[in-house]
Amino acid sequence: MSSVSLAAYLTLALILFCIGLFGALTKRNAVIVLISIELMLNAVNINLVAFAKYSINPGLTGQIFSLFTITVAAAEAAVGLAILIALYRNRQTVNVDEMDTMKR
Amino acid sequence: MTGEMIAFFFLALTAIAGGVLLINLSNVVHMVVALIFTFIAIAGIYITLSAEFVAVVQVLIYSGAITIIMLFGIMLTRHQEKEKRAPRLKVILTGLAIGLFFLIMYGKIKDLDFGQQNAELHIDNTKKIGIELYSHYVIPFELTSVLLLVALIGSIILAKRDDDEKEAKK
Repeated sequence: MSSVSLAAYLTLALILFCIGLFGALTKRNAVIVLISIELMLNAVNINLVAFAKYSINPGLTGQIFSLFTITVAAAEAAVGLAILIALYRNRQTVNVDEMDTMKR
Repeated sequence: MTGEMIAFFFLALTAIAGGVLLINLSNVVHMVVALIFTFIAIAGIYITLSAEFVAVVQVLIYSGAITIIMLFGIMLTRHQEKEKRAPRLKVILTGLAIGLFFLIMYGKIKDLDFGQQNAELHIDNTKKIGIELYSHYVIPFELTSVLLLVALIGSIILAKRDDDEKEAKK
């Protein structure tokens, strides 16, 4: 019988998700916004792996799903950074407050 | 207090401390370095959840690849060394909304317990994941390779310098 309960893992994931959400909404550097989104995806991965061990029907499905999530997150980071570089070349800024061309 | 519990508390504390440093530090490079601690602590959490392969992948992809690519992104773009804070009202409102979200979710999950666990997951973990990936999940696995190819080519095209535009300027 394990001593650490499922609720402890879910709470840790929730705290990390809230930190990532706060960073993504309040930080002004676009690179930090991107990395906050990675933190949120990581929190979701903790949930998937925790449910893979402590669910009614335990199995490897959660771990495999988290591997797919990590792959998609890596692809997202690469494309996001490429968009950022292209934007920097045109606007000379990485500040998200100044990226408002489509609003004007 | 068992060893697993001590390991969990230590790793959880490291992960949350890295996240709090990400929010509070002012130097952009320091923020990314603080997040490396979070990613490595999360890898430790995966080991306590008997997911060794996912833990190794986490160290490779997150604390290796993604952090380095983000550092490249910071170095290649000009930025203020000290990041300016967002307006105070916005920070407070966002904090309140996220706090409300946290309280609602915590109220739901704090009693969640299915009372069962599979202690067999860590035995031949990598081998089992490999067998599953190449039998039951083979189509999503192959689609992932297509996704990675598309992301690779797409990011090269996006970040490539536009030669026609350069020549038109001359």
